[in-house]
Amino acid sequence: MTLQAAAREAEESITLEVTRYEPDGDTEPHTQSYEVPLRKDWTVLDGLNYVKNSLDPSLSYRWSCRMGVCGSCGMNVGGRPSLSCGTFLSDFAPGPVRVEPLSNFPVIRDLVVDITDFLEKLPTVKPWIIRDDGDVDVHAGEFLQTPAELDAYSQFSSCINCMLCYSACPVYGLDPDFTGPAAIALAERYNLDSRDQGARERLDVLIEREGLWGCTFVGECTRVCPKHVDPASAIQRYKLKAAQESVRAVLLPRGA
Amino acid sequence: MGAAHDVLIVGGGAAGLRAAIGISQSSPDLDIAMISKVYPMRSHTVSAEGGAAGVAAEDDTIEEHIYDTISGSDWLGDQDAIEAFVNEAPHELLQLEHWGCPWSRQPDGQIAVRAFGGMKKMRTWFAADKTGFHLLHTLFQTSLKYSALRRYDEWFVTRLLVDDGRVHGVVAVELATGEIHAITAKAVILATGGCGKVFPFTTNANINTGDGMALALRAGAPLKDMEFVQYHPTGLPFTGILITEAARAEGGWLLNKDGYRFLQDYDLGKPTPTPVLRSMELGPRDRVSQAIYGEIQKGRAIDTPYGAVVNLDLRHLGAKLIDTKLPFVRELCLKYERIDPVKELIPVRPVVHYMMGGVHTDINGATPIQGLYAAGETACVSINGANRLGSNSLPETLVFGARAGNAAAAYVRSVGDRSGAVEAAIRAQADDEVRRLRTELIGRDGSERVPEIREQMQHTMETAAGIYRNGPDIATGAGELGELQERMAKAGVADASRAFNTELTAALELANMLDVAQSMLISAGQREESRGAHQRTDFPKRDDTRFLVHQLVHRDDDGGLRTEHLPVTITRWQPGERIYGR
Repeated sequence: MTLQAAAREAEESITLEVTRYEPDGDTEPHTQSYEVPLRKDWTVLDGLNYVKNSLDPSLSYRWSCRMGVCGSCGMNVGGRPSLSCGTFLSDFAPGPVRVEPLSNFPVIRDLVVDITDFLEKLPTVKPWIIRDDGDVDVHAGEFLQTPAELDAYSQFSSCINCMLCYSACPVYGLDPDFTGPAAIALAERYNLDSRDQGARERLDVLIEREGLWGCTFVGECTRVCPKHVDPASAIQRYKLKAAQESVRAVLLPRGA
Repeated sequence: MGAAHDVLIVGGGAAGLRAAIGISQSSPDLDIAMISKVYPMRSHTVSAEGGAAGVAAEDDTIEEHIYDTISGSDWLGDQDAIEAFVNEAPHELLQLEHWGCPWSRQPDGQIAVRAFGGMKKMRTWFAADKTGFHLLHTLFQTSLKYSALRRYDEWFVTRLLVDDGRVHGVVAVELATGEIHAITAKAVILATGGCGKVFPFTTNANINTGDGMALALRAGAPLKDMEFVQYHPTGLPFTGILITEAARAEGGWLLNKDGYRFLQDYDLGKPTPTPVLRSMELGPRDRVSQAIYGEIQKGRAIDTPYGAVVNLDLRHLGAKLIDTKLPFVRELCLKYERIDPVKELIPVRPVVHYMMGGVHTDINGATPIQGLYAAGETACVSINGANRLGSNSLPETLVFGARAGNAAAAYVRSVGDRSGAVEAAIRAQADDEVRRLRTELIGRDGSERVPEIREQMQHTMETAAGIYRNGPDIATGAGELGELQERMAKAGVADASRAFNTELTAALELANMLDVAQSMLISAGQREESRGAHQRTDFPKRDDTRFLVHQLVHRDDDGGLRTEHLPVTITRWQPGERIYGR
């Protein structure tokens, strides 16, 4: 059954209160309300698609996989950073449901935010395998990695770059220079990978850019993460290592 | 004219990223760019679950993977391409390992492999059941090492610039601003993924609208084997979310409404408590989906508001195995069906999953247009023939992404600069495209609406090109698509704003899908036989005399489509019966 056909069968409805903003026409954002069918298996994304297809074709938002893995459809739902494809309308009954763009990012239009800042920060933490011996010949076979060694970093490898943690992070909101939860978690993902030897290099980058110190361990990033990555613990581990390194640096100047 | 590059890669999924990294490594002097309508890590590779096939185990051989793939393709795959693919897949998967892909491991730290449908040996590498996600993010993050790689994220390509049989670049809309740009390139690689959204019920993401196929077709490059659409046996009802074949590889059973393992009635072997390779639940996707359809016809499926379903039973596998090997399956079932597969049956039904056909290429990804390459699901090399085996598509993106990248780099070195006349010709094309977008589409409040045409197209395709097809239905569907094309010409984009105009992208995507859908039906109508995923009730037998051939679809200048046959490359494996479970 298609979305439209499903909608025709629905009886109950719920109101979406959606933030609208169109840069050429609007001087500031405003709220627009839409009545959408309330069905138990409908997500907020299904509701938005109903609006787009049947009520208002101009509403703009990103979405793709509708199964919580592509990271496109992050938005604030009921005041909380959420994947709209993984958030059900029925959890907000009888409504209304507030749907707003993610916080802490410039808004391009409606629910679409500009995440260029994250994409510029991501390469700075060098989220790739770094080896002292350069690239090892692939013909030499695989690097052995036991299931326990895999477990050591696998949680941090689950980040889908959905930006919910940046939206939730009060520090990033105040200090845009803060490298931020997802990027630091990805740095730690490689640090903890038994195949990687780049931890020191990444630490230098984070210390030098002061990308690390801002975090005050509020833990909002971990609470909103849809993939249980726990960026807060990554940041905490990183800070500890950085503090140890600074002590070392005083006692043992580099190269010693 | 806007920016100029040596190689422009359209699409940022696995095939596009693999090509980009390959060229960046081997030809750092070349100017490479990647353009995609989504950020690379949003690409649909991200949704692949089960794994990637490549011979690794000691008891496995290259020869057996080749044979499985050829027989799985119902002898329509090109055997030279399949040999190259099977030979190079293990190297590519190891390369991913070196780039950091978190492959699941054996206790001693070696790569683990699992069983998969239609495969005679365990050879599917996996990263739990989020293989595509990990593969994509590994590639994306590795690509960030190459800071010279220019990315155009969230740019929508609307046209290929082609003059005298040679590609020269693209025209694209920058979504954030709505600005339209021409970008020139000596070589263009299409890596835009599949086209599942042509159908109403699909595992595919919203972005899988066949863009690269439509771009190529309109530019004069033919599409190949477009009648072969893969239905995956196990999608969740309503959402169509994929439940990976790995669920069956790990020991899951398919049950009808009586709790009976019905695949035994469809010449797929006898039920055993633990999985047997190339048998029962580990049969190929085409045959398993056809068996489910058979149960539905016999009234032995379960009716739901979202169509008839059968059940996937994982309960006997236990929580520990499910949480280790199939955690995403459990997460998806809990979230979207509110059932726990540890304790409950999963309702599933066949769902459109993959396009075997695509842009016609040779073994190096080259299309008949000079400088234009294609790789991944967009392309049809063909290694998949009439039916792709599960876990062959991820290594396909890597092997042929790398090959297309190498070939494009070599081509760029072989061609000189454009003449002034060519420069003028492509400038005129670009201006023409800008005018088309600005005056014929954006802000035109047409009498037809995109969502309605799209829903009708999807309905038409499900009726005409489902698991079983017949001549009259295909002809009716083709007629309906013709009417929909006429309606599409009257559709407008009422939203005239420039910033992130998703009404515009939806219209452009629908135009692409209509062309792709027409290619599917013309091919399906002319293939009067049953082979692999193309089952004709009016021609129920495979007919090697007439149809051991690929079908190419060409688009003429007047917009009409015509087909042409191309021989299948047979090297050492003569066509035979496909045997599973006996």
